[in-house]
Amino acid sequence: MAKVAYYPGCALEGSGGPYDRSTRALVKALGLEMVNLRDYSCCGAMEVKNVHPMLQTYLSARNLAIASEQMGLDAVMAPCNGCYHNLKKAEFELATSDKAMQTVQELAQKADDPVYKGDVRTLHLLEWLMEELGPEGIKQRLTKSLNGIKIANYYGCMYTRPRQIFPEKDQGPGSESSYQPHFMDDLLAASGAVNVDYPLKTACCGGAHTLSDADTSTQLVLNLLQSAEDSGAEVIATECPTCHSGLEMHQVRAEKEFGIKTQVKVLYFTQLLGLAMGLSPRKLGIHENVSDSIDFLKEKGIIG
Amino acid sequence: MAIHEKSLIESDRIMEHESLVVDGVDVSGHWNTMIKPRYIADYDDDFEKIIQSYGGGENVHRCWQCGSCTNSCTVYALNTDFNPRYWIYLTRLGLKEELIKDKDIIWQCVSCNKCTSICPKDVRPEGVMKALAHWLEDEGHTETSPSHVFDDEFWAQVEKTGRIEDAHVIMNFFKKTKQPLLQPWLTAFTTRMIKHLPFAHLIRMGLNFVFTPRTKSWGRTGKVLRDYVEGEKVAARQRRQQIKEAA
Repeated sequence: MAKVAYYPGCALEGSGGPYDRSTRALVKALGLEMVNLRDYSCCGAMEVKNVHPMLQTYLSARNLAIASEQMGLDAVMAPCNGCYHNLKKAEFELATSDKAMQTVQELAQKADDPVYKGDVRTLHLLEWLMEELGPEGIKQRLTKSLNGIKIANYYGCMYTRPRQIFPEKDQGPGSESSYQPHFMDDLLAASGAVNVDYPLKTACCGGAHTLSDADTSTQLVLNLLQSAEDSGAEVIATECPTCHSGLEMHQVRAEKEFGIKTQVKVLYFTQLLGLAMGLSPRKLGIHENVSDSIDFLKEKGIIG
Repeated sequence: MAIHEKSLIESDRIMEHESLVVDGVDVSGHWNTMIKPRYIADYDDDFEKIIQSYGGGENVHRCWQCGSCTNSCTVYALNTDFNPRYWIYLTRLGLKEELIKDKDIIWQCVSCNKCTSICPKDVRPEGVMKALAHWLEDEGHTETSPSHVFDDEFWAQVEKTGRIEDAHVIMNFFKKTKQPLLQPWLTAFTTRMIKHLPFAHLIRMGLNFVFTPRTKSWGRTGKVLRDYVEGEKVAARQRRQQIKEAA
């Protein structure tokens, strides 16, 4: 099995802490191998490109270069959609523009940073799990089951868009789809969950304006929550710390400011997979989620 | 006859009279509404080039007005005044005055990239929205938007340390946009968040707040990037000046 460099990014260091802990615990339980990306920097998130697009390209290229130049690895794995998107975008920009490549390399030399040469690829955690194990591999390692809980799989914007920067998607059977992504569905179904037909799986949560335009974000999050409930889901599975925090924050805001209460639980897909591997809720940071799902999981017989 | 679809006409162009006599004929009642005639003369042929000088606006010239961007737009679904196709059309024609009428909502693009993903001509409308928002601010048509304040705060921290720390970004953002930090929903959220947090994690968050996480090998990187971006911005401003002077 291939070893990858793990790039948690700032979100998993901070507000996405439970995603980081559940990722590490899950990867260990599955017997996969990853090493921390050495002394990484921010990928630029959604903000830095608005100051200047080259900043985001450079920051992401710098992180990729650390993996290949300093660690001798050819793949960087990022569980955060924002990081994944930015690394892929940098890969795309630098593979399609000689001028951008030259600028990045010159800046790296000036800053005494490792120089990006284009010889490293980016994987989302979902893609890595599918590549290494797939639904069959997950099934073989199960020690428990998700007992048929109904899940709306929510992929968000940055895992699939813009589709141009993900050339390996939409390549037919076995590949991920940018319009109807299914990797998370496949893995959770293998763990005993039932995936509901969720029409908003790639809709936006308004994460870019979580605080700067809260009304828009709350409206978008309410669409997601209510549509999940309408689809019969008990849980929304997330794979992005920004989406996850956004859903939780605006679920609270909708309740507090507009009196609109929704019951659907929000859990990282790594937490759900981890439970199916028999890991404890504490180890998976489930009690750290704002969306309190402990009683629900007990009711369903998933945790004791 | 009543004017149907009055909503499509700007309200300041609609004249309604209690009673109205035109050329000696009393047209009061059903015929009381007139629309002020309009002619457009303020095309700015160079406006497209100006927008192209902003990061993200480079491909605006490619648009062939298929409308896919607006059709797929997340914000348009909430507010039909948010219309990327129309703004790209105005940009290409150079109708700045028309564009400025929507100045207060352009910044609300949520960067979901549906438009950029679906655009058959690689216009990258998401970037064009950012370019337009920056132009509006530069020309003094709008205040710096809260979203822009957030971006700048975020980059300022990355430039300094290579990383960000959530609590600092959020607190500085609220301070700079003069919003109270103790909003009831935020307090409720934070209370729920820390309720179950393990003690060790709370301590770590506290330590992160005091000793902000930093990239050890960050070295000169922040400065090199700042110098590069400043250089690029000066060059773009000069380009815009030249375009204006040539006109």
